[in-house]
Amino acid sequence: MLKYLIEKEFKQILRNPILPRLILVFPLMALLILPLAANYEIKNINLCVVDNDQSPYSRKLVEKIRSSGYFVITKTAKTYDKGLEAIEYDDADVLIEIPKNFEKELIREGKGKVLISANAVNGMKGGLSSSYLSSIVTDFAGEVRSEWIEAGTGGGVPVIEIMPLNRFNQNLDYHSYMVPAIMVMLLTMICGFLPALNIVSEKEAGTIEQINVTPIRKFTFIISKLIPYWIIGIIVLTIGFGVAAVGYNLLPAGSFGTIYVFAAVYVLAVSGFGLLVSNYSETLQQALFVIFFFVIIFILISGLYTPIKSMPEWAQTLTVINPLRYFIEMMRSVYLKGSGLFDLQKQMIALLIFAGLFNVLAVVSYRKRQ
Amino acid sequence: MKQFLAFVRKEIYHIMRDVRTIMILLGIPVIQIILFGFAISTEVRNAEIAIYDPSNDAATRRIAEQIETSSYFNIVKYISSPKEIDQLFKKGEVSIVLVFADRFREKMLHTGKGEIQIIADASDPNNATSLTNYLRGIIGVYQQELMKEQKVPYQITSEVKLLYNPQMKGAYNFVPGVLGMILMLICAMMTSIAVVREKEMGTMEVLLVSPMKPLLIIIAKAVPYFLLSCINLTTVLLLSVFVLDVPVAGSLFWLITVSLVFIFVSLSLGLLVSTITESQMIAMLISGMVFMLPVVLLSGMMFPVENMPDFLQWISLAIPARWYIAAVKDIMIKGLGFEGIVKELVILSGMIVFLLAVSLKKFKSRLE
Amino acid sequence: MKKVIEAENLVKKFGDFTAVDNITFQVNEGEIFGFLGANGAGKTTAMRMLCGLSKPTSGEGRVAGYDIGKEAEKVKANIGYMSQKFSLYNDLKVWENIRLFGGIYGMGSDEIKEKTDELLKRLNFENEKNTMVKSLPLGWKQKLAFSVSIFHNPKIVFLDEPTGGVDPATRRQFWELIYEATDRGITVFVTTHYMDEAEYCDRVSIMVDGRIDALESPMKLRETYDAKNMDEVFYQLARTAKRNGG
Repeated sequence: MLKYLIEKEFKQILRNPILPRLILVFPLMALLILPLAANYEIKNINLCVVDNDQSPYSRKLVEKIRSSGYFVITKTAKTYDKGLEAIEYDDADVLIEIPKNFEKELIREGKGKVLISANAVNGMKGGLSSSYLSSIVTDFAGEVRSEWIEAGTGGGVPVIEIMPLNRFNQNLDYHSYMVPAIMVMLLTMICGFLPALNIVSEKEAGTIEQINVTPIRKFTFIISKLIPYWIIGIIVLTIGFGVAAVGYNLLPAGSFGTIYVFAAVYVLAVSGFGLLVSNYSETLQQALFVIFFFVIIFILISGLYTPIKSMPEWAQTLTVINPLRYFIEMMRSVYLKGSGLFDLQKQMIALLIFAGLFNVLAVVSYRKRQ
Repeated sequence: MKQFLAFVRKEIYHIMRDVRTIMILLGIPVIQIILFGFAISTEVRNAEIAIYDPSNDAATRRIAEQIETSSYFNIVKYISSPKEIDQLFKKGEVSIVLVFADRFREKMLHTGKGEIQIIADASDPNNATSLTNYLRGIIGVYQQELMKEQKVPYQITSEVKLLYNPQMKGAYNFVPGVLGMILMLICAMMTSIAVVREKEMGTMEVLLVSPMKPLLIIIAKAVPYFLLSCINLTTVLLLSVFVLDVPVAGSLFWLITVSLVFIFVSLSLGLLVSTITESQMIAMLISGMVFMLPVVLLSGMMFPVENMPDFLQWISLAIPARWYIAAVKDIMIKGLGFEGIVKELVILSGMIVFLLAVSLKKFKSRLE
Repeated sequence: MKKVIEAENLVKKFGDFTAVDNITFQVNEGEIFGFLGANGAGKTTAMRMLCGLSKPTSGEGRVAGYDIGKEAEKVKANIGYMSQKFSLYNDLKVWENIRLFGGIYGMGSDEIKEKTDELLKRLNFENEKNTMVKSLPLGWKQKLAFSVSIFHNPKIVFLDEPTGGVDPATRRQFWELIYEATDRGITVFVTTHYMDEAEYCDRVSIMVDGRIDALESPMKLRETYDAKNMDEVFYQLARTAKRNGG
């Protein structure tokens, strides 16, 4: 019996004027474009320089900032107020003002001061760019110091040398962080939205009546709806692997097998959730908005964009009931750190619970009788 | 006119009957504002750190103590071998590890150089950078303690001013974005789906043979969504002022004006979609893929537009929400007045004219 | 005679609206039972209860020997149903729809294939085997829907206004199919508001405001109400209705 139903689902999906293209093209486009857009890498910050000193040292400092690679000097202004104007009109993100007599004071009194003003409408960008800038200034001071105090005259103060090491992603490449997570988003959108729209569209078309009047078992019906999305999910994931490998030169440090095993469970969970929504909806519009509502919340508190650790207590608690969270953790761990099934037991158990729960609810909430 | 009002009333009743959709439409902005305002942050707090301390002397203990007392870190483990590090990272138990050299203090005092390694789980690059910087800061404080007696020459202090948003609140960036997204969702997506649904159900034909002008029928369908948008606009503004403490620095009048203009842009978009599509599914996908996704991605709501490659920045120029969000930021946060948003207003109005012209042309040719 | 449908005091309420108000009747094996009533009289609701699509608020019913309250799924295995709104899959081909429903009722692939060819031949549909259902004319769709509903040889078939919206000639062809089905021993339960169709039935019941106001053979009804045809009978009864049709 199941065979005939699955056959039917596939024929319907394949004959849909847009779905097959969507399933193939959407992941491709999304993975090629999204990581380019979803880039929090803070580079090429537009800087406005107000150099009131115009001395060799002030120029040296500006040159040091320029060569750091983080900043692009888009503007030089005569006064601080003119510089602020540049920020106001988005011609610059940060401005640095070097006061008059900067060099003189630095040499005579051993003290200098610069003023940094950053546009912090985007708090994160403002914070990071100003801290980059001030650390360049500090470095500059260190250079000046070593220039004036020859080695040894430092006075015997022990120095702590810090050697930072970035494990798993030495170049701090943002793409290798985002691409796996975007695959998760894709899976969630395709395998969550499509099932949510499926049963309810049979309701709108009236075909559900003809099914409900047959002795078909609820379980069989739900399974027949799940399996196609399960296969679609695996296809989407495989496309994702391909794009990540070819487009971003990104291969998982761990094994594809681990990801597939997780994906198999995860797709069941989100599709089950979609079907659950579909069962409770009367119109396509309703189903769409309900699933949209949940997916947005799931994505926002999944740790996709911002670390879960940075959330307030209550939001962290909420993430416990968010299947996306576990799958993203898994994806990033396997891709970047090479974690295996053994390391990810917690995530696996959580996803199994979700898959079971959502699908049992989907079967139970599917009503053959009003 | 009377007829038109009766029709609008019918549409409003119709929408009100679907309580669930209404609840969601009114709830989405509230939830988003709360999540964006409170849950979404990149602030570092209680990051899990492990320490490898083979020397366990006064100096390393002092540094560990300072790490423990800072609100940034939470020492979860002292490991006995660096070999454990990878396993900890793979299980996601810690985000960063501090490794002291053996005989740390002794070496430091004798050779004048103490060695510390900071190993960060850089799978999240930004987080790794911030954590490393915070840790450097704490070690720096210890270094200062060591140098207390000596005066360090040639210091340059940076006086940092964070303009507009000194507490670096995410809300300043998100509020305009949420506004843009919600208005787009309700006006463009809902309107187009509502109209196409009538087509799909075959009830559109019935309406079209009624004595009402076809265009009025469509406008009547859009009115309730227009009202809903106004409610949401009010909710978001009230929430951001009273709950998130994001004030409206500039003129409220211009803020509302530009919002209304944007609502009309979105409604015209919805109208256009509904004239060119025949099925709800396609209307949804077009609204979802062509409107919503770009709004989220390319409007500068989540990700800074200037970080994007040029071709995406070019595309973003065609996205109404980008201009709207820029205008809202200018007014709400920078406190600019009319002169600050002239460009945006002109562009958005141009979009309305263009969209209406195209969709009316399509609409007419369909009827003939 | 064997009763294949027995309804006893069936009631269906939606909130405080009583759609079906305490109906009791029986249908004999092999007969064509007409279920008449104005729009909104409760025909479809009553039929949906008998098919196990809707739970009765109170009362009892047995269809094909099974309790519609407790054994709905067993009822479903023994009936066919054709709904008022065309409910085959528009995006499947003719043979694919037949195969799907044959499969759901547990028929094997070979059996389905064989019977499909036979069916299409009988309907003169051979050329439409690979046609997408949505491009069939309405009359053909209805014939196909009916044939699909009895494809698995049910004991009873429920037809909800099966011939709505087509011309009299097509309707007559449709009724020929119904007669063929009764020849195969299938009991037919049909709702309609075409009074000429009522004449084709062995017995008809007329529903007014959720109640059954009359239940007889068409001939007897004409006598009782002293009417020339069923139209008049219906008119006399429907006049008493308080509910607005539609």
